Amino acid sequence: MSDYTVDDTVDITDVVCPVTFVKAKAALEELDDGQILAVVMNDGEPVQNVPRSIKEEGHQILKLNENDNGTYTLIVRKTGE
Amino acid sequence: MSNVDYTTLKKGGFMRQKQKDNFSLRLQVVGGTLTAENLAKIAEVAEKYGEGYVHLTSRQGVEIPFIKLKDIDEVKAELAEGGCRPGVCGPRVRTVTACQGNRICPSGNIDTSELAQELDQRYFGRELPHKFKFGVTGCSNNCLKAEENDVGIKGALKVEWKEDACIGCGVCVKACRKEAVTFTDGRIHVDYDRCNDCGRCVKSCPADAWETQPAYIVSFGGTFGNNISAGFAPLPPISGKEQLYRVTDAAIQFFDDYADPGERFRFTIERVGKEKFIEAMKEAYDE
Repeated sequence: MSDYTVDDTVDITDVVCPVTFVKAKAALEELDDGQILAVVMNDGEPVQNVPRSIKEEGHQILKLNENDNGTYTLIVRKTGE
Repeated sequence: MSNVDYTTLKKGGFMRQKQKDNFSLRLQVVGGTLTAENLAKIAEVAEKYGEGYVHLTSRQGVEIPFIKLKDIDEVKAELAEGGCRPGVCGPRVRTVTACQGNRICPSGNIDTSELAQELDQRYFGRELPHKFKFGVTGCSNNCLKAEENDVGIKGALKVEWKEDACIGCGVCVKACRKEAVTFTDGRIHVDYDRCNDCGRCVKSCPADAWETQPAYIVSFGGTFGNNISAGFAPLPPISGKEQLYRVTDAAIQFFDDYADPGERFRFTIERVGKEKFIEAMKEAYDE
C-alpha cells in the first residue's frame, strides 16, 4: 500500500477490551483530519476487533503490520465528520 | 365460573396462576420488538387490571400477572386498542424470537426483524402435536441462541475476495476466527472448508473488497427444557427467502406428520430417523 508518515503512536497492549478501542479512539481525537496514527495492539481479541471498530467510526485503515514481538501495528488515517 | 375452558384460555395466552381465578396474560411479541404505544398500553393494563408490574419471559415475551378471570374480555379489548394481542401457550407455534439483526447491529448479516415478522405471519399459533419454537439470530455471535429452538435461523454471509478493491492491509486475516483467510504474495486466499460464513472478514475490511451474499444457516431439533440438546444444521447455507421457506415449511410439516402428541421435534427426528429427516430437508432445499 501507499506511503505514509506516522504522526503519532499509541500503545494499547497494556489494556483490555473495551478499553483498547477507547484508548485508540482517544488518541485519534488528538489528531487533525488526515493525520496518521499507529496503534500497537496485542494478538487475539484486540487485533480481531479493534481495526473493525476503528473502521466503523469512519476512519481509514491503511495497513496492519505484524511486529517481531507478536504484537501488531495498525496504521490509521484520521477521517473527521 | 365453573365451566371455564382452560384450554381455550391457554391457547389465548392466559396462563393459570397458583392463585385461584388469576391468570398471567401472555402477549404476542414478535422478534422482541414492542412499540412505545404497546408499552404504554401494557403499563396501563398492568396498573388497572393486574398488580402494576409485568414479567419478561425467557423468550422475549411479556406477561401481565394477576389478571382476573372476570376481566378477561375487557383486558383483551383494551390491549387491542394499544395494538397488543394475547400470545399463545400449548401445542402450537410459539413466539418467534429474534435479535436486532442488521438494521441495528454492526455484526448482523440478515434482517432478523423482517424475517421474524414473516415467520410469525406464516406460522404463529399453528396447531401441532407439541410446542414449536422459532428463533432468528443475525450472525454467528448467536446472541439469540438459534440452536435452542426447534427451528433456528442464523444469518451468514457467503464471501468472495475482490482483488481490484483490496488494499492489502491484512486486517481480514486477523479478523477471521477460523484461520480461513490467508494473505500471500499480495493475494487473499479463502479456505472455504474452514470458512463458517460468519462475515467477520467483510465487516473488518476497510476497502469493501468482498463480494457478499446473505445466507441462512438453519438448525433443527433444539430443546432446552427438561431435556437439553442443541439443534443440528445438516444443510449448507441457504440463499434467499424462497429456499428458506421451502425448508422451514418442510420441517414443520415433518413434525406435523410424524410427531406423537406431546413429543418435541428433537425426539420425533430421533424416533423416525435422522437420515430420513435430513433426506426430507435436502429435498426441500434442492427442489
